[in-house]
Amino acid sequence: MDNMDCGVDDIVREIEKLKLDKKEIENRIGQLEALLSKKDGDASQMEDNQTSSNFNSMVDGHNTFYNGLTPGMIYRYSRHLLLPDFGVEGQKNLSMSSILVVGAGGLGSPVVLYLASCGVGCLGIVDSDVVELNNLHRQIVHPEAYVGQAKVKSAAATCRAINSSINIVEHNEALQASNALDIINKYDVVVDATDNLPSRYMISDCCVLLDKPLISGAALGLEGQLTVYHHKGGPCYRCLFPIPPPAAACQRCSDSGVLGVVPGVIGCFQALEAIKIASCIGESLSGKLLILDALSSRVRIVKLRGRSLHCVSCGENATLSQQNFRTFDYEGFTQSPMSDKAPPKLSLISNSARISSREYKNLIDNHEPRMLLDVRPAHHFRITAIPEAINIPLSMLADEISLVKSCLKDAEKGSTKGASLYVVCRRGNDSQRAVEFLSKNGFSGAKDIIGGLESWAQDVDPTFPIY
Amino acid sequence: MHLTLEFGGGLDLLCQSVKIHQVDVAPKDENAKLTMRDLLAWVRSSLIKERPEMFMKGDTVRPGVLVLVNDCDWELCGGIDMELEEKDVVVFISTLHGG
Repeated sequence: MDNMDCGVDDIVREIEKLKLDKKEIENRIGQLEALLSKKDGDASQMEDNQTSSNFNSMVDGHNTFYNGLTPGMIYRYSRHLLLPDFGVEGQKNLSMSSILVVGAGGLGSPVVLYLASCGVGCLGIVDSDVVELNNLHRQIVHPEAYVGQAKVKSAAATCRAINSSINIVEHNEALQASNALDIINKYDVVVDATDNLPSRYMISDCCVLLDKPLISGAALGLEGQLTVYHHKGGPCYRCLFPIPPPAAACQRCSDSGVLGVVPGVIGCFQALEAIKIASCIGESLSGKLLILDALSSRVRIVKLRGRSLHCVSCGENATLSQQNFRTFDYEGFTQSPMSDKAPPKLSLISNSARISSREYKNLIDNHEPRMLLDVRPAHHFRITAIPEAINIPLSMLADEISLVKSCLKDAEKGSTKGASLYVVCRRGNDSQRAVEFLSKNGFSGAKDIIGGLESWAQDVDPTFPIY
Repeated sequence: MHLTLEFGGGLDLLCQSVKIHQVDVAPKDENAKLTMRDLLAWVRSSLIKERPEMFMKGDTVRPGVLVLVNDCDWELCGGIDMELEEKDVVVFISTLHGG
């Protein structure tokens, strides 16, 4: 019996040893196959640089799939596979999913970087802008070398450099009501990383019509917001905001500024939500709103109202249809443009109350008695200013009328004729508002400089900094 | 009644750029409860220093402003007629569109 027992122990030991050896050999085979398919992939990549090679097609020749993943995928995404809550299922779901990112800016940058890295099957990027130097502090997907080129092209190139094994689709066009249905229909999940109000309504409506989950992020200044719309019975954008806010309440990054890392943080959260939804794990932010206050490092997650039965988009008697969506005027509905760019210039006062920047330069050269009032906010004035300008922000002008009076009097000293009052701002809109106010308050001769400091930099002093 | 009021998404600019306000608000008469309607009227007259139309429209908040009471959308707790309680935290947040 003892001998028999000893024999059994030996057999068990040997089986265990062989099993370990087998595992080691299998691992080694997997590594070598991954290496081989990568080399094949590199070769096919060189043959056809235009289209990003799909990893699945690359390894089709080997026909080696473990639980739906190729050895190359197992190696590349091994740290995902080691997560009990994510694992093979999560990665497989991710690799079979397609995600559209609308906007390759401050929010979209981290979103596309993470979605490309983590191995979504198909990543679509839509944007019509070109990369500008003043984007780079926050739009981290774009390299300096791509300034002046299409954002979509730049973002796709960076993503391909990180992961050549996924399919990346470039939509180098503006997403509009006329093309949104066709584009969004090709994807499973949509990420709203845009920078304006009409796009947010449009994308939400389109996602409701096509029944796609929408991960919506926004950032401005030092604050960010994030939620998921139209997912698992949750509300859509119109359920929360059936009536758009007044245009004056819509601040732009190009006016109000934004700390680069703030959209970065929100974009990372968007990537996380997209990955969770695409891989079918965890609990999404549907019906909840994440609010980031970067200055005090506070993140608050609040519970939102549910889907509205009266919502015109997703309610019981919704009036939205694919037909009326295509022709809906989102810019008219929100009274704001589908871009972050400055709105059209105001024409508030008569031409006789305005002069060009070149004419103002002539006044300087001729030593005409004058006072230049800069009505921008004080922190703008600190960026750059015409040296002789005196700063009284528009919001404080009503309280500082006496200061304007005394400055104007100073400007007349040593001159036989009266001094004239000129007003300047960044683009020539607030300066008109100021002239309108001043002319009603004892300064009938006040004039504004058309086009503000932008035209000064363009027409008079090309070395003057623009921002 | 002691309340914590917070303004975000740019609404803080309407009350001298101060985000968090610790306030004491009394109901209209001693035995009555303080409702959100009362609080909004109080905020408008006591805290908002400029452009009140950027905060309110009629007797409620303007479109695009979310009201959160103790981390919950006020629409889930009765909206404008909701009765406030001691030490409630009320957040007014303007929705952002930038990116």
